[in-house]
Amino acid sequence: MYTLSKNLKTFAFILMALGIIGIAYGFFSAPKTTAEVEQILNEQAHHDGGHHADHSEVSDADHDAHQKHLEHVLTQMQNKPWTAVYVACIFVMLVSLGILAFYGINYAAAAGWSPVLFRVMEGLTAYLLPGSIIFFLLLIASAAGGNHLFIWMDPAVVEHDALIQGKTGYLNIPFFFIRAIIFLGGWNLYRIYMRKQSLKLDETGDLTFHKKMFKASAGFLAFFIVTESMASWDWIMSIDTHWYSTLFGWYVFASFFVTGITTIAFSTLYLKSKGYLEFVNTSHIHDLAKFMFGLSIFWTYLWFSQFMLQWYSNIPEEVTYFIFRIQEYNLPFFGMLLLNFVLPLLLLINTDFKRLSWIVVMAGTCIIVGHYLDFFIMISPGTVGGSWFIGVPEIAALMFFIGLFIYVGFTAISKAPLLAKNNPLIEESKHFHY
Amino acid sequence: MSNKFIHAIYNDDDVLLDAVKETRSAHHHIEEIYTPFPVHGLDKAMGLKPTRLAICAFLYGLVGLAFGTSMMYFIMIVDWPQDIGGKPSFSFIQNMPAFVPIMFEMTVLFSAHLMVLTFFFRSKLWPFKSAENPDVRTTDDHFLMEVALKGDEDTAIEFFKGTGAVEVKVIEK
Repeated sequence: MYTLSKNLKTFAFILMALGIIGIAYGFFSAPKTTAEVEQILNEQAHHDGGHHADHSEVSDADHDAHQKHLEHVLTQMQNKPWTAVYVACIFVMLVSLGILAFYGINYAAAAGWSPVLFRVMEGLTAYLLPGSIIFFLLLIASAAGGNHLFIWMDPAVVEHDALIQGKTGYLNIPFFFIRAIIFLGGWNLYRIYMRKQSLKLDETGDLTFHKKMFKASAGFLAFFIVTESMASWDWIMSIDTHWYSTLFGWYVFASFFVTGITTIAFSTLYLKSKGYLEFVNTSHIHDLAKFMFGLSIFWTYLWFSQFMLQWYSNIPEEVTYFIFRIQEYNLPFFGMLLLNFVLPLLLLINTDFKRLSWIVVMAGTCIIVGHYLDFFIMISPGTVGGSWFIGVPEIAALMFFIGLFIYVGFTAISKAPLLAKNNPLIEESKHFHY
Repeated sequence: MSNKFIHAIYNDDDVLLDAVKETRSAHHHIEEIYTPFPVHGLDKAMGLKPTRLAICAFLYGLVGLAFGTSMMYFIMIVDWPQDIGGKPSFSFIQNMPAFVPIMFEMTVLFSAHLMVLTFFFRSKLWPFKSAENPDVRTTDDHFLMEVALKGDEDTAIEFFKGTGAVEVKVIEK
């Protein structure tokens, strides 16, 4: 039985407290009028010689009027703290969903190596419920007009936009929320159901619970792949309402799935180092590291497939998505490839390295930072455009949600024995050796 | 140094694995083991060094990557930088996404094929090579351990019978 250590609890609370302060600072320091924006722009022009000061490339044909331009930048700057919270919120929530998907896959595939890690996964996915509640509140705030994250939610924008008008059959607020409730509700139901059955299986040793879980997992995976894809259109792709990509759902999935597995590896290494997981050996770590390695490459494959197809055909309606990112987000856009592909590839290709905790932690850190950047680059260009910066609000929001994730996840881990003792595959898993 | 060898034949891989451990702890030198299929853990029991084939494959992959990159660079950028459908051929990096599939496939091609050739070369396998099989049954259902004869012949035979061998022969090479 695991007990949440005092240090970890304090650490999580400090992260959350600093996060809240930073988020509040972000909202407080966002400009409220165009006059403030003008002042900021003038200051920037003085400071960095017009590096970010020149916002003339911020799309839209209507920026010749200075006032229009200022209003445009004002919207971007007001969106900035919202975007910071939104990116961090959806990222951490989807990471816990990735862990849940990995859990479901391992259950449905009757994997013999992973049952010793099931309780870690079950615990970490406890974040899904609070995470999706906060996320849902953010969506409500967006729809209520609290921010301009989704331009299609603004009737004034849609009125003059024939392209969005053509999409209102799908992109309208009531249907959007119905979908969000189905997606989040379905995932959470599965998580709660599995946790209950798993604890009952532990108590009674009755294998009918195992069969129920197996069936639920198979059903969930079918539900998941459809809803995940649609959710990524709704919550991420619809921010760039004029753009579309057919493999986007897969791409988003690969991104949070690999981060989810990295999170499992991190938590396992942490619990192991505290002496709580006696049956986890280097072979289990090795397997997790193989998944991290393979899925990093899978993510890169999808990233490149999406980028290269649109770059190659160079159709204006598609390619503006990437042109804007390359021009305005050059360093994170390509730096992310180094973090998400090159470093994990070189660090984790060696079999012996995959068994060393510090190598796995190093590669995992690259993956987590890289995929946060990935989500940032998916969302931020559509909401804050060229006025982006990864500063206090962004880091604080990430700290808050990571703190909450650690607190909720590890509290849930401490509520059940760390070894699912009556799982029919647990013996095999205990002696797993690669 | 005598040129006599003992051929101990087993009909079960578990017995073989135990026999290998006993033989090693009795300090007999195992020359070779013939098995009809891969026996998991046999290389560890025999104390064989791990293969370096994967390292070779990685290096061959690098060679393939370098080959693909330099080939595309020379042909498409240096030698004849034509405008083909508006693709920018002013520098390598500008047109790189179009070369990535080739660079990738070259890496895999070199890595896979050169590694296979290395494997054939190192394990001395080629067409028309005469088989080095000491006993035809080892390709079907028997396991044969060849050990250099050390000391007295009869005690050695006795020892290998004791390890569970179904048949022990002394041969001279």
